[in-house]
Amino acid sequence: MTRPPVPRWVTRSLGLGAVGFSAAAVVFGLWVMGPTAEQGDYSRLLVVHPPVATYAYVGFGITALASILYLIPRTRRREWDLLAGASAEVGVVFCGLTLVTGSIWGRPVWGVWWTWDARLTAEALLFALFLGYLALRRVPASEEVRSRRCAIAALIAVLDIPVDHYATTWWQTLHQGSSIDLLQPDKHLDTAHNVGLLLGFIGLGLAFAWLVIQRYRVEKLEARYEQEGLDLALEARRAEGDIPSDRVGAPV
Amino acid sequence: MNYVYAGYSVTFVVLALYALRVVLRGRALRRALPPADDR
Repeated sequence: MTRPPVPRWVTRSLGLGAVGFSAAAVVFGLWVMGPTAEQGDYSRLLVVHPPVATYAYVGFGITALASILYLIPRTRRREWDLLAGASAEVGVVFCGLTLVTGSIWGRPVWGVWWTWDARLTAEALLFALFLGYLALRRVPASEEVRSRRCAIAALIAVLDIPVDHYATTWWQTLHQGSSIDLLQPDKHLDTAHNVGLLLGFIGLGLAFAWLVIQRYRVEKLEARYEQEGLDLALEARRAEGDIPSDRVGAPV
Repeated sequence: MNYVYAGYSVTFVVLALYALRVVLRGRALRRALPPADDR
């Protein structure tokens, strides 16, 4: 019996850590952090919005990396394709949350739910591209053709990440630039906001890791089901009707 | 504060529901498939 790729105690710890740190982030964000002079209470959304946006990038980055490893003949393994699919799905959930929490933040601060600002448009495009990637994974084809096709699509879609990330630098946008810049000492947050942001990053990061591992396991099971499902269904039918296996498929 | 509560609620409720969906899908598949060595 081979060992599972990630031991069960690791995923359990990740899950428990995700719940604990996320709860701490919520308490900190809602009750410990104070309002800011610029944005009032809305700056509390800093605890959720930047982390989900970052982990959407991480998810798509893992998909791209796994796709590259799949495309290189020397490193090609079915597992890389399954990891790419799992990570893309979790990334899409986080990217969707980025759009929704950003919109919720934008309404009171900018006065609009949505605007065709460069950052927002690039983020929406990223979401649409990876939704398309997930749809492509479901298009019927042989395993190899589908995996190769999806790997190429992921590498095209991921090109939007730098555009999205640097949109606030390259263009005049309504969306603010990064809140923290370690190279610019004047660009910083107060301690409470820093701690809240850190807790949000840890809690949602652990949740992201847990989800990718669980989704990867499901992806492996789905792949197995795709291969063995028909055999199992035939076996079940045989058992139901007590038909000898050599009679299945024979003309009546 | 309503927008703040909405932002937090959407994030954690969506993640919790998605996690539940993934876990349930995994369980359903495990039930449908015979035990394998690679799990």
